[in-house]
Amino acid sequence: MTGLAADRKRPGRRPLPALIVLAGLGLALFVIPLLGLLGRVPWRDLPELLSSDLVSDALRLSLVTSLTATGVSAVLGVPLAWMIARVEFPGRALVRGIVTLPLVLPPVVGGAALLFALGRRGVIGEPLNEATGLLLPFSTWGVVVATTFVAMPFLVITLEGALRSLDARYEGAAATLGASRWTVMRRVTLPMIGPSLVAGLVLTWARALGEFGATITFAGNLQGRTQTLPLAVFVALESDRDTAVAISLLMVVVSLAVLIALRERWWRAL
Amino acid sequence: MESALTTGLDAVLGLSRGESFRIDIALSIAPGRTVALLGPNGAGKSTAVAALAGLLALDRGRIALAGTVLDDPEENVFAPPEARRVGVVFQDYLLFPHLTVIENVAFGLRSRGTGRQEALAVASEWLARLGLSEQTRKRPEALSGGQAQRVALARALATEPDLLLLDEPLAALDVTTRVELRHTLAQHLDTFSGPRLLITHDPTEAFLLADEICVIEGGSITQTGAPDDIRLRPRSPYVADLAGANLVTGHASHGLVDAGGHLLHIVGTEVSGPVLATIRPAAISVHKRQPEGSPRNAWPTTIDLIEHLGERVRLRVGDPLPLAVEITEESSRELQLVRGSVIWVSVKATEIGVEPYAGSHIG
Repeated sequence: MTGLAADRKRPGRRPLPALIVLAGLGLALFVIPLLGLLGRVPWRDLPELLSSDLVSDALRLSLVTSLTATGVSAVLGVPLAWMIARVEFPGRALVRGIVTLPLVLPPVVGGAALLFALGRRGVIGEPLNEATGLLLPFSTWGVVVATTFVAMPFLVITLEGALRSLDARYEGAAATLGASRWTVMRRVTLPMIGPSLVAGLVLTWARALGEFGATITFAGNLQGRTQTLPLAVFVALESDRDTAVAISLLMVVVSLAVLIALRERWWRAL
Repeated sequence: MESALTTGLDAVLGLSRGESFRIDIALSIAPGRTVALLGPNGAGKSTAVAALAGLLALDRGRIALAGTVLDDPEENVFAPPEARRVGVVFQDYLLFPHLTVIENVAFGLRSRGTGRQEALAVASEWLARLGLSEQTRKRPEALSGGQAQRVALARALATEPDLLLLDEPLAALDVTTRVELRHTLAQHLDTFSGPRLLITHDPTEAFLLADEICVIEGGSITQTGAPDDIRLRPRSPYVADLAGANLVTGHASHGLVDAGGHLLHIVGTEVSGPVLATIRPAAISVHKRQPEGSPRNAWPTTIDLIEHLGERVRLRVGDPLPLAVEITEESSRELQLVRGSVIWVSVKATEIGVEPYAGSHIG
């Protein structure tokens, strides 16, 4: 049986021509837009374009909000992944579904939902506003909330997988050595899932940096306050194409840098 | 309870997992004694380890160690693993892959609140004691199986536990290393003054390392006794199989083993000094009179005991070399063996396993 299967496999080592053509088309889908972008880059004016107020405000805001969202995701997402992966409780499957929903939900729907819940008239937004004066929509914190909503699932699913595949006997061994549950988490579990944690955080950050739909819906598009890089691209496309291209190039470079920084060994942790 | 055992281990372990799995065993180990829990895979050995270490809670029974009750479902007492002083050498060791050797050994002390510098100093002492000073900065993945085992032992001992559990400590090693490390392990066990429990499926390991053996089958202990007891008087076909090999201590020189005055021919002349010879009961032939072709190991002896175990018959033969012999029911009938019969036994030199032995556990 196995011998036959192996024999039948051998011609398959040379890929089918149809396969090559389709794969090439698939690749083209990714390469052509990039080339289109590169072809439009006003290389000479680039330094000037990138140092405009619009761009530098957006860049600063994007860095601040994406890093804050990544931090919030770490603080809330690690325990959430832990609960889903390790603790048996009723409705666990439902919780996992809800947490991963933002991965497939159109971000604009997420933004609208946030607005209904946390807006000035929202179920939570209204009492929150009355009690503290805090108003999330159209504020920088609103950007962080919207971004975290969209990006945190990447961390949770990455970590959940890692926690599931971690050999729990190591944690038992640590406990017999006198480590409290907190110490076990800090000194054994987290270091052992370290690669996945890093990969999850980088993915989360990259997703946060590129967030558009939920942000513009929930936090609006105010320069210096809620206008992140993707929103600035959107605005600039209407008025100043060169600036839009310059920002796009900036984001492509940043994304590529992230991919390279992750390298293969981090990807394997996914 | 108030006897010498108050400083040792006194445990009655009762756990159930669904309908099919149940373990109910009692273990008492005095300080300085090694008890082996010997049984096949699936007999409940690992469950016993987990219960003693606090990784599983008892359903029934009680665990008392060094005078403190650690688990007693009836009294609603349960000490979690980190509150127990139980050192465990795990099967495949479970050294933390992200820590260096010295950090692994210092882990227990650090977890119990010792400062970093002091913990590392103590860990370094333990590593030196176990001959691992060269390995301190390595990661576990860079260690040989034997080194990993000693690191695991150092890690368990560094916390100065009240009980040392060794869960199949040699199973992860290849055969040659196993023989070597059995001896070093025996020496290191002696330096630990508390009670020691060795979990194993390997009878040789149990005989060489333990003062007392508890045979566990299907979740219960079927026989308890000194190694010789188990070996010479197996109470079930299973124990006979498990513990069946004849272990003979003696002194080797020039291809001969002097076993208390009786000389056995062995293969190879390079072994000399104290040895442990292993002879499977089924490898010994029984004859009515002196066998022809004169095999070199043949001698007359008397049958002390005959046991019928189904298709097989187990004999105990007496002087000059007490041995367990196993033959088929059919040949037993042909030879008309009865207790007290004088017979000849023979064994080929190739059937005698010999390994250097410096321990003191077998009398």
